[in-house]
This record gives sequence, structure tokens and C-alpha cells, in this order.
Amino acid sequence: MDNESQYSGYSYKSSHSRSSRKHRDRRDRHRSKSRDSSSRGDKSVTIQAPGEPLLDTESTRGDERDDNWGETTTVVTGTSEHSVSNEDLTRASKELEDSSPLECRRFAGPALSGALGLFALLTPLAFLLLPQLLWREQLEPCGVPCEGLYVSLAFKLLVLALSSWALFLRPPRATLPRLFVFRGLLMALLFLFVASYWLFYGVRVLEPRERDYRGIVGYAASLVDALLFIQYLALVLLEIRQLQPAFCLKVVRTTDGASRFYNVGHLSIQRAAVWVLDQYYSDFPVYNPALLNLPKSILSKKMSGFKVYSLGEENSTNNSTGQSRAMIAAAARRRDNSHNEYYYEEAEMERRIRKRKARLVVAVEEAFTHIKRLQEDEPAASSPKHPREVMDPREAAQAIFAPMARAMQKYLRTTRQQPYHSMESIIAHLQFCITHNMTPKAFLERYLTTGPTLQYQRENGRGRQWTLVSEEPVTSALRQGQVFSLRRLDFALVVTVTTLPFLNLGEEFIDPKSHKFVMRLQSETSV
Amino acid sequence: MSFVPGEPVTAVVQRIEIHKLRQGENLILGFSIGGGIDQDPGQNPFSEDKTDKGIYVTRVTPGGPAEVADLRMGDKIMQVNGWDMTMVTHDQARKRLTKKNEDVVRLLVTRKGLENAVRNAMM
Repeated sequence: MDNESQYSGYSYKSSHSRSSRKHRDRRDRHRSKSRDSSSRGDKSVTIQAPGEPLLDTESTRGDERDDNWGETTTVVTGTSEHSVSNEDLTRASKELEDSSPLECRRFAGPALSGALGLFALLTPLAFLLLPQLLWREQLEPCGVPCEGLYVSLAFKLLVLALSSWALFLRPPRATLPRLFVFRGLLMALLFLFVASYWLFYGVRVLEPRERDYRGIVGYAASLVDALLFIQYLALVLLEIRQLQPAFCLKVVRTTDGASRFYNVGHLSIQRAAVWVLDQYYSDFPVYNPALLNLPKSILSKKMSGFKVYSLGEENSTNNSTGQSRAMIAAAARRRDNSHNEYYYEEAEMERRIRKRKARLVVAVEEAFTHIKRLQEDEPAASSPKHPREVMDPREAAQAIFAPMARAMQKYLRTTRQQPYHSMESIIAHLQFCITHNMTPKAFLERYLTTGPTLQYQRENGRGRQWTLVSEEPVTSALRQGQVFSLRRLDFALVVTVTTLPFLNLGEEFIDPKSHKFVMRLQSETSV
Repeated sequence: MSFVPGEPVTAVVQRIEIHKLRQGENLILGFSIGGGIDQDPGQNPFSEDKTDKGIYVTRVTPGGPAEVADLRMGDKIMQVNGWDMTMVTHDQARKRLTKKNEDVVRLLVTRKGLENAVRNAMM
């Protein structure tokens, strides 16, 4: 198609001066003959994109193809030129495994505790109502003291209900692998309390048909007090205990080394894992697998030193070790130059990115000058000669997208971000920015800096699958020196625990009047 | 001219006798002094050791009695008429030099190069 040929030609000639291209060509020729033009990477890859120029699955396949120096290794990679794009496959499988099915197991625990709580709330009312319903005539009438108890009972029940709603009636955010110890403890305690109260009630009140109604009301009031204290205990154990920081967690992502430090309080390992994941989604830059590979020129040079052909004979083991040692020694000597290559390759990559970024910024700024917001009091048709059509944000976005499309595509491709931004998403973001009167810089913020992972998540109620890997039981409390990791399909987060140091705070009082100064003297007297 | 606290100071000195000149009411000597134990020794441009708090000659007026008597800029004054000048305040030094009832002041001064000159002369 017209686009592609134009594109590849342009990119090959554009961003590099003639001399550097010649130099690079010369360098290329020095390499082994098995290197074909695909080793040049994104400069000369021919894109057979059938449809929209921005859905660049083919280009990433091109990059992966470069790593697949097939004929010099015995390792079988998953990519070949005739397969379905590997990127598509992994993306599809990732989607399947990303969303855990909407299981009922997720809601089983909270539903149970909710039912128990409701039962506990209704118990005092039942205690009050049952005698009235069953043996009303035999009850002794009780006047003012009972009414006072009624009022206090009503308010305490109201407070209980409101605070339960505020604190506990929230959708669960994570399913923990093991029992959540404190919550289990509290449920057991609550159940024990309510059960024992019912038992006592059944034996001492229902059986003999107790006639002292004031005593029954007092009994119900004491149950409500006990429930309030249990709720206080729940508040402290579940919410407040972990607020005071006690440990520092260092979280490192295994693939690219992005790391953060967090302060947490006393938690069990599984709760700390949930907390870390909450922070991960909003703090860590998104994991981009395309950014991990060393430039192919470096890798190939290093790797070509390690060509070891296994001869398949047992008595040649000595030979092979000697041979491998010789290989390694030769490679070690040859490795002296690869840091040089790496440095220059990195410098050039940076220069390329900056150039494309400059083009992108200019293109976007120009595009934004093409539209402006229609003021309320301006007449829609200013003159019959130049009728200005009034557009809604979506159409305006589509109108100004065309001039910046190419620059945007090139920039995204250089920074390997193109899997994260489809054309549709760019237009939607543009529409969003236009609606909120954002400047071009604000529009570009999303593409120039890698955002946190949360920015790239699709709206999904299904949740993410993480595996907690730990050498100690996950319900044990955090301790100094523990290490656990949170694993996902293609990367993991390794968390190390250290205690925060004990602080010895001393005091020194400075009298505000003690701040006095003198000039340094240097006088000269003539005599 | 290095000074070790607690040890006696030894230096090669030159005797300089200045006759004060009467100008109106005042008896002037024709030079300026700087330094003293209450001053900042780091700012002294003439001292070798920047912790030296002695009295130094900072300026000599041309044609004055001090220049006639061969006092030079940068000289450190060790004694004035028998009074010690190595551990005095700036004001005390000024007073010792400007006593109204004295017409002549006999200074012991030391400077860089005196020691070398003496040694060369002795060899």
C-alpha cells in the first residue's frame, strides 16, 4: 500500500545523516554473512500491515524475528515467520488468564460474615419481642426504667448498624490464599457470644417463661454492649493495628529492576502482599517486554562467542570442557569491545527517540491550533462565505488526528509503546483532552512518560491472578529478613522485609535570645 | 616565625629606632598596624602562619619617620620600647606606640628573609 512503502523508505533515510548511514553500512558489512538485513531492526523492516497503520503487531513481530538468529543456535524459539504473530497469541492467552472467573468463592466469606453480623444485630430485638409475643399476659409491667433501656438500646443498635455499614460492608478487594486470621477469630468470637447468649436465654427465659420483663430488657441491653465491644475489637484488629509503620518493604520487579520502598505496619504476609499489589498498580511503570532486550548488535556479538556444538560422545567430555573453556576465554577477550558498542547504540537510540519526540511535539502543537472552542455568544455562522461547521468533540478529534498520526506512530514505535496505544484509544484520549481544554503538552503526557500499570488496564471486573510464593506460612506475621515474591505469568515482584530502625530522639533547647553574632575583626590603625 | 604554644618564641630581629614627628598636636610615626589577639588572624596578608595573632605593619607612609628608619610593610613588631607585642590586643598595641611622653620608639621587628640573611652572612 502506499503508506508502507513510503514509510519504510522515509524512515531509512530520514533520521540519520548520510555519513552515519554509510558508517553503519560499513559496520554491517564487517559482520558475519549470516546477518541479513533483518538485523538492522526497525529501520529496514518491511511492514505488511494490512489495515490501520497504527496496529503494529507486525512490527513487533519483526523485532522478535531479529532475536531469532535461527541458524546459529540449537534453541528453538517460539517465533517463526510463518506463525501467527506471537504477540497476538501471548496477548490472547494473557487475557484469558488475567481475568479470574467470577467465582462465587470470592463472595462466600463476606456473605457468611454478613449473615452472622445481621443475625447478631437482630438478636436483641428477638430477645425483647419473643416474651411479648409468647406470654404477654404473664409479664410484669415495667414502666420508666424499661423505657430508658429501650431508648439506649435503640441508639446503640443504630450506632452498631451504621458503623458496621461504614466499616465492614465493602466489596472485598482480594481473595487471600489462606484464612484471614483476625477476621476468622472475630467471627468465631461473635458466634460464640451470640450462641452462648441464646443458650442462656433459651434455658433461663424461654423454658420457665420468666416474668420479670425488666430483667429481660437488661439482658438484651448487655448483649448490645457486648456487641459494641466486639466491634471495637474488630476495628482495632482489622483496621488500626497496621497503621503505625513498623517495617520497610523493598519491592523489586524481576524483569527490569524497577523498585520501590514502602512502609507498612504489623501485617501477615498475605495481607502485606495485597497491600503491596495495591501500591504496585499505581506506582510502578508498566512492564514493557519490548524494552528489555539489549540491542541486537551487542547480543549477537556476545552470543556468537558461545557457539558450543555438542558432539554426542561420552569420551569427548574432556575435550568438550577444554573446548568450552577455550570458547569462554576467547569470548572473554572478545567481550572487551561490546561495552563500547553498547554505549554507542544507547546514545544513538536516545538521539533517535529525542528527534522523534521533537517531531511529535511540533506536529501535535500545530494540530491543536487548527481547532478552537466555540464561545457561547459567537454566532455559529460568522459569514456566509466561510461557514464554520460546528463539531462535537469526537469529530473534532478525528479532524485533527490526521496531521499528527504519522509522527505519533513513529514515536510510539521507537519507544516500543505501540502495543499499548491503538488508534482508537489515541483518538479517544484526544477527544477527552479537547473536551477538557487541555494543552498539547497535557495531551502528550500520556505518551511521553510511561505511566503506572493502572493506566493501561482495561475496565475489567474479573481481577488479576497473582501467586504468592513464600517459604513461610502466609498467615505468619512479617519479620525482619523475610522474603516473599508475588509471581505472575511473565514477571515477579520480590519483596524483602526490614524493620524500621528504632529512633532515639533527644532534645536540645536553644534559647531564642542566644543567637548572637560578632564581626570578625580586622582593623588597621595608623600610628 | 612559627609559634608553638607554651614554647618560647625565637626569631631573628632587627632593631629599628623611629623618631616621632610632630604634626600639630599629634606625634605620628608614619605607619599603620594590623593584627592583635582580638582580631581575625586569617585575614592577615603578611603572616606566613595564618594563626599568628601578632602585630604587623600594614602600611608605611612614604617620606614618614618609619620609612626613614627602614621599617617595611609586612614587618612583625615583636617589642616596643621593651614591651612585648606578640600577645597584645590591637588597642594595647596602639597605646604602646602612641605614648605622648615618648619621642623615640625602639622597635624589634622581624621579617621573612632576615634569618636567611643572617645565616648567609655568618657562612
